[in-house]
Amino acid sequence: MTETNDIVKPVIGLEIHVELATATKMFCRCRNRFGDRPNTNVCIVCIGMPGALPVMNKKAVEYAIKVGLAMNCGVAGFTKWDRKSYYYPDLPKNYQISQYDLPLSAAGHLEVPLPDGSIKKVRILRAHLEEDAGKNIHTAAAHTGVDLNRAGVPLLEIVSEPDLNSTDEVLAYARATQRLVRWLGASEANMQMGHMRFEPNINLHIIRKGRCYKTPICEVKNLNSFRALERTVQYEIDRQYAEWLAEPEGYSLDKLGKQNRGYDDSAGKTVFQREKEEAHDYRYFPEPDLVPVVVSDQWRESIRATIGELPLARRARYMKDYKLSFEDADALTQDAATGDLLDTAVKAGADAKRCTNLLLGRGAAIANEQGCTIARIGVTAEQLAELAKMLQAGQVNATAADRVFQKMVQTNQSPGSIAESEGLLAVTDTRRIEAWVDQVISANPQAVEDVRSGGKKQDKALGFLTGRVMQLSGGAAQPKEVQRLLRKKLGT
Amino acid sequence: MEDILNLSALQLRDAVASGQTSAAEATVAYLAAIEKTEPRISAFNEVLAERAIGQAKKVDADVQAGRQPGPLAGVPVAIKDNMCTSYGLTTCSSKILANFQAPYTATAVARLEAAGAVILGKTNLDEFAMGSSTENSGFKPTRNPWDTDLVPGGSSGGSAAAVSARQCAAALGSDTGGSIRQPAAFCGVVGLKPTYGRVSRYGLVAYGSSLDQIGPITRDVADCALLMSVIAGHDPKDSTSVPNEAADYLASIDTPVEKLRIGMPKEFYSDALDSEISAAVGAAAEAYKSLGAEIVELSLPHSRIDRGSGGRLSSYAVACYYIVAMAEASSNLARYDGVHYGHRTPAKADNIVDLYSRTRAEGFGEEVKRRIMLGTYTLSAGYYDAYYNKALKVRRLIAEDFGKAFARCHVLLSPVSPTPAFRLGEKTADPLTMYLADIYTISANLAGLPGLSLPAGLAATGLPVGMQLIGPVFSEELLFRAARMYEKASGVTRLTPKIVNN
Repeated sequence: MTETNDIVKPVIGLEIHVELATATKMFCRCRNRFGDRPNTNVCIVCIGMPGALPVMNKKAVEYAIKVGLAMNCGVAGFTKWDRKSYYYPDLPKNYQISQYDLPLSAAGHLEVPLPDGSIKKVRILRAHLEEDAGKNIHTAAAHTGVDLNRAGVPLLEIVSEPDLNSTDEVLAYARATQRLVRWLGASEANMQMGHMRFEPNINLHIIRKGRCYKTPICEVKNLNSFRALERTVQYEIDRQYAEWLAEPEGYSLDKLGKQNRGYDDSAGKTVFQREKEEAHDYRYFPEPDLVPVVVSDQWRESIRATIGELPLARRARYMKDYKLSFEDADALTQDAATGDLLDTAVKAGADAKRCTNLLLGRGAAIANEQGCTIARIGVTAEQLAELAKMLQAGQVNATAADRVFQKMVQTNQSPGSIAESEGLLAVTDTRRIEAWVDQVISANPQAVEDVRSGGKKQDKALGFLTGRVMQLSGGAAQPKEVQRLLRKKLGT
Repeated sequence: MEDILNLSALQLRDAVASGQTSAAEATVAYLAAIEKTEPRISAFNEVLAERAIGQAKKVDADVQAGRQPGPLAGVPVAIKDNMCTSYGLTTCSSKILANFQAPYTATAVARLEAAGAVILGKTNLDEFAMGSSTENSGFKPTRNPWDTDLVPGGSSGGSAAAVSARQCAAALGSDTGGSIRQPAAFCGVVGLKPTYGRVSRYGLVAYGSSLDQIGPITRDVADCALLMSVIAGHDPKDSTSVPNEAADYLASIDTPVEKLRIGMPKEFYSDALDSEISAAVGAAAEAYKSLGAEIVELSLPHSRIDRGSGGRLSSYAVACYYIVAMAEASSNLARYDGVHYGHRTPAKADNIVDLYSRTRAEGFGEEVKRRIMLGTYTLSAGYYDAYYNKALKVRRLIAEDFGKAFARCHVLLSPVSPTPAFRLGEKTADPLTMYLADIYTISANLAGLPGLSLPAGLAATGLPVGMQLIGPVFSEELLFRAARMYEKASGVTRLTPKIVNN
């Protein structure tokens, strides 16, 4: 729909709210768990009883610092808590404990792999910690229910600079953040459980005849799926351009400022909510019930030491050191534990490529069936290394290894003993293989003829005969050895 | 029975622990005293007679069984009704919490009970501790036992009046700008506002969180030290509670402070001060001199009191205090919205905002509304820097003044309030005049310092006059010793209003 010669550049910043995977809430010791019966994980603190006082959860601060460091942010040595005031039934104190002018982390960046293989550097403005609100439940006709199980759950708000310029970039950045927080163990980042929510700020810079027009910045609140994020951003880009086309001088940032819009999932649209002038005055001021947080160099560095290798660095290393393809390296770095499995097996002397084939072959298939990561299917690095070594030594062939792998997951036995008890060990006894070869030759005269006569059908016939021998051996013969013997006996 | 009421908390504890008297006997005596004088004083919101007797019997059983009965064995105490108790009601003298039953007990109250104290009931206060006369109670005014036409001070007026009138052996109050010390002075009793963070605020319904402290109100200095030893100490449930353990303040109380240097801030002795109070505090300074103390005149420039146009007094400290306290109050009181607990409008609300508005309009009194409005205003976008941020800077300057002063002296001696107890209704029409009742006490709250209010003597009118000792942070032990020196030398202690014997 772009008019000829208009250059339309979407300018998008994304706020990502990430619920942290602590055992307990941010300021009380209630369980942090999704899906429990409403109002069962609550206490006087998170229900906002008179006289109750918050006590900070140190683990949440550690997770938040870890994510900040992994996003290359500076971590504040001194930070504090502030109260953000607004009235809503799911906010029992009618203020939220948050961080205003001194966020825990600021001024970082995340390198985001884009679908075209390039890397986009997205600057991080700040990442601050706060408490989540509860949930209003609108199931009864005449009433609204309030569930406070979520009230007080630690929430990390990561705010990017407006560095994203397309729907693809927004999605790639959101997914990279999801991968990172999972990688760090800071959040399960499960969208169905509301662990991650998005708030994009979107406007367009339109160049027409050498002049730059800016559309009003629209903030869309509370998107809780990648699909909603994608549809919202795309809808806004299209909508804003259409509104600007209708009124190029009037529909501008200068005249209209910032607007809030909501996302209507059933319609796949955003709808106008309010102008900037009607925006909340949150009346931030320092939270007097909590002491400031001092992050010593020692504390910060001890957290940094737990970060280890990040996904992109690891992927590059796999391509360089293990000679893996981009696709394989990428697949193995979706989470930290799967790569750890590979690294440990390689350290134990196994071949990286063979390990990778096992993990991304049968391993990925099983993980897919079970709905978990490859690391979680129940194979140890020792098993993986042993099986890869058996492959390398020709003790099992690829078909047998696949079956051993499957059995390994089910029984937890060592691959050696599985191969032995299942008769999957490669037969190296040439006389036994020769017997199977002879049997196959006498039973398949037509194929034998095709091989002997050479020509177009030779390869196919040889393959067929090899397959028959393999079948007879129960997969235990080495295909290469079988072919060698066939060729020898058939004189090709 | 009369004898029991005249025992100090310490004497009563000893009598109960040694079996000379029983906790039940003491409790019954105090309940009878309440019955006798309460119609004239109205100190209590709720008397927990049955529960108190049950508690007392348990203490007696412990004594009889030879179990350690605790440092407050059988001492009947009253609790300001802004501290949560899992029994009875916790109302803050507000209609919005008129029927509120707290599901837990404040740490300070729990510590009293663990020490063997008997909780007699919950005392009246200015609604949410906002006031200096207890006239802002949403239920009823409390009257001064020395003259029932006068206010008992506030906001801990119920606790101070109850201690003075022998309705309890001791009480807990809370002090945000003088709410323990000023009513203690008006009622002729002893009251301590501890160092900020020394006593847990857990379970104290917040007014100005960065200023609030719970403290004892007692008949003499030793009782104050006794109660303070029980309630002070670290509480992991209050992040602002200091981690080091508190001292046994009673152990050293009779050891005079050698070469005590007492600072008298000249700003506090202006023409703003009532002449009788000026004379009484001056006489106390002379008494200290005769005990070997040195008097040092010094300055707290940012606690200066000016007389502005029309003769109205003004002070940086008062202005600073009311900005900080009201800002915090506007946020602390936001939770009383009728959604989760407390009063909810019986009217059919059109929507959630209507529900909030009606509930809060019905539930809060005038002074509380005024402070919420002012606090909301000062925190609003565009006003924050001019008010709240500036107030924080003034607060720092006030604290620095004290730091300089304590380089030259051990403690400061000052008045508690510019006037003795005033008449009911005298200041209710003019809130600003009422705010000035805290002019000598709020600086200690802003700086987080401990302040002890004790009777200096009686004025010619027969009314008690108080004086205040302010020390550096965590100097409670020093304050008790210095106060005890004066109490012992002057004989001004355990003052008894006539109502006790009438």
